[in-house]
Amino acid sequence: MSIIEPKPAPAHHEAPHEHAEHQHLGFWRQYVFSTDHKVIGIQYAVTGLLFLFFGFCLVMLMRWQLAFPGRALPLIGKLFGEARMPGGSMLPEFYNELGAMHGTIMVFLGVVPLAVGGFGNFVLPLQIGAPDMAFPRINMASYWSYFLGGVTMLASFFVPGGAAQSGWTSYAPLSIIAGQGQTMWLFGMIFLITSSLLGSINFIVTTVQLRAPGLTFFRLPFFVWAQLVTSFLLLLAFPPLEAAGIMQLMDRLAGSSFFMPSGLVVSGQAAAYTGGGNPLLWQHLFWFLAHPEVYVLILPAFGIVAEVIANNTRKPLWGYKLMVYALWFLGFMSFVVWAHHMFFTGMGTTMAAFFQTTTMIISIPSVVLLSSLLISLWGGSIRFTTPMLFALAFLPMFGIGGLTGLPLGLSAADIPLHDTYYVIGHFHYVVAPGTLFALFAGIYYWFPKATGRRMSERLGKLHFWPSLIFINGIFMPMFIQGLAGVSRRLYDGGASYDFAKEVIHWNVFMSVSAWCLALAQIPFIINFFRSIKHGEKVGDNPWEATTLEWAAPSPPPHGNFATAPEAYRGPYDYSVPGHPTDFTPQFLAAQQAT
Amino acid sequence: MEIPYTVAERPDTGLNNGKIGIWLFLASEVMLFGALFASYLMMRIGAADGTWPRGDSILNVPLATVNTVVLISSSVTMVMAWASLKRNDFRKFRLFQGLTVLAGFGFLTIKYIEYSAKFHHHLLPSTNTFLAIYFTLTGLHGLHVIGGMAINGYLWGPGSKLWKTDPEHFTNRVENSGLFWHFVDLVWIFLFPILYLL
Repeated sequence: MSIIEPKPAPAHHEAPHEHAEHQHLGFWRQYVFSTDHKVIGIQYAVTGLLFLFFGFCLVMLMRWQLAFPGRALPLIGKLFGEARMPGGSMLPEFYNELGAMHGTIMVFLGVVPLAVGGFGNFVLPLQIGAPDMAFPRINMASYWSYFLGGVTMLASFFVPGGAAQSGWTSYAPLSIIAGQGQTMWLFGMIFLITSSLLGSINFIVTTVQLRAPGLTFFRLPFFVWAQLVTSFLLLLAFPPLEAAGIMQLMDRLAGSSFFMPSGLVVSGQAAAYTGGGNPLLWQHLFWFLAHPEVYVLILPAFGIVAEVIANNTRKPLWGYKLMVYALWFLGFMSFVVWAHHMFFTGMGTTMAAFFQTTTMIISIPSVVLLSSLLISLWGGSIRFTTPMLFALAFLPMFGIGGLTGLPLGLSAADIPLHDTYYVIGHFHYVVAPGTLFALFAGIYYWFPKATGRRMSERLGKLHFWPSLIFINGIFMPMFIQGLAGVSRRLYDGGASYDFAKEVIHWNVFMSVSAWCLALAQIPFIINFFRSIKHGEKVGDNPWEATTLEWAAPSPPPHGNFATAPEAYRGPYDYSVPGHPTDFTPQFLAAQQAT
Repeated sequence: MEIPYTVAERPDTGLNNGKIGIWLFLASEVMLFGALFASYLMMRIGAADGTWPRGDSILNVPLATVNTVVLISSSVTMVMAWASLKRNDFRKFRLFQGLTVLAGFGFLTIKYIEYSAKFHHHLLPSTNTFLAIYFTLTGLHGLHVIGGMAINGYLWGPGSKLWKTDPEHFTNRVENSGLFWHFVDLVWIFLFPILYLL
């Protein structure tokens, strides 16, 4: 029973040695150019959170323009200069810049680095009982490549003509004839793709090779499975976008015509390209990445939610093996659904029939995952902790996001809905109140492991409830607007369109919700920083959890475990009959368990 | 705690970390070149009748044939270098590894001659989509050749110090860099017929 109490003795034995090593490494090697997976994980997570905040700021500016088109933005409007917001009111070019960069930053610089780079790096080696990642220096290179990609994207705001304006999808030929910001975008993407390549190789090798003795594949926590499948998606789906990025660079810099059709006319003049290329080729290559990317955004979230739900219901996950099979099937299918983003391109009924069939098939494993988590709640003695609240909210929010996606997967229903606010509402429900809530759950859940202190429950609840209300205030009306046909690309939010008159008043409501959502993050920011120093001190296993990361000291030292852990049972042995406590950790030897 | 299985094989997987790592990397490389080959197909199929030139009407087939021979030979010397280490013959390794790097130089020199002839005749990526995909594919392949030469050169020179302290680890490194080099060779085996002959 000693394992649940704080176990200072072995950790302190190690301490003099550890200190000597850290002093030897020096500040820069220990905290900045570190090869320790925990430091890299925290670097990824903090950078990712900052980019999420920045991306959120961009969209809050857009929401001003959508709610009050053309009106000058008070106080801060003039800070953006005459070239972007003359007199404080936004120019269309700047609106496009904000839109393109909001998407890019949220997906590639915010959510994925936090979900995979942050949680994956910090938690995965601990959960499999490994001392570090398999390739620590490659791990460091992965973070710094991501960092360079982020710097490149931020710097692109300052080149002549501003940042990329062709949407996060960078559709050709618009992106080929766009300003220099697009070239910066492409270079930034190449850095980010390199980063994810290095990271995903590391994750797979670590999972396969560095599992602790006794930790067979079907004893892995679901979070590890989710990261493993995610890594395969990143490994295999990103290179085609890299190929497409290289071709777009060739088009932009060497004047080739990969994506430039013959006879293209730009602003009344024939474009200076030989033509013969195919704009649809870009869309195919982009979505070949970007559909698996959707699952890269959602699978780590499922992993986190599974951990939190098992821990807080105090019972095993329902259908753990089924969930693992569903996960692999989902990962595989995600490579053959990409063209459901392209029903509108007139690709023909045969192709559309194929892709809508695969899309309907892929919804089955998604439903299996969600249903398993939902059934897991049944009969549990649920602890309503802050991480659990976020995890519980994830279920219906992802459910809304997923179910509203079905009409978009059927070509007949997709065509009227394509490019409307309905689409925006759909995928934001998946990623914002879905994935982001799961990520918040993860932060509250693993914060004690990273710092040795727990975040405040009261501030956590003050963060959760307003966030839940306001985030629905933003995205629910988008379905109403979208069903009325309001396009997502309108700089004035539909003010100049007759058909939008009935639903346009929602714009103010959504914008106010967005700004209130920003205010609702203040308790989180306070909680996060306060708890690092002043949070309630906790032991190694404050949540009374079963997986291996809770065998390590909090915070884990360099090399993670005082003694090499071993796994004796499956990941979720909660409420085992006959056991004195309601949890039987994986690392508890059999003779101790009885 | 040391990171396990950097050199020795993990009993239940039968592999060391580096070996899995390099195969995963090659899998992602297959997707990278695969996407470009797929683009080539899509562009060729989509080209208007008679506008897609036959490779041999523009490109220099004899030079490319020589290059194919050079690159395949370098794959052979690469294997010999690794086999020499396995037989504990470090001097032979130096010889064969050196030849592998030299063959890489030879390949790039011939490629340079080909490229400059094209530039001289104003045959550029902007001329038509065939040349665009030709320059993209061979350029990216050339970058891979340079990368492979850098790694092989490092293992021939400063990197070979590891042989004295941990010969098995060093042999594994040569094997893994060899796998990459064979992949680069293999890509060329696809590039040559597709671009030059068909």
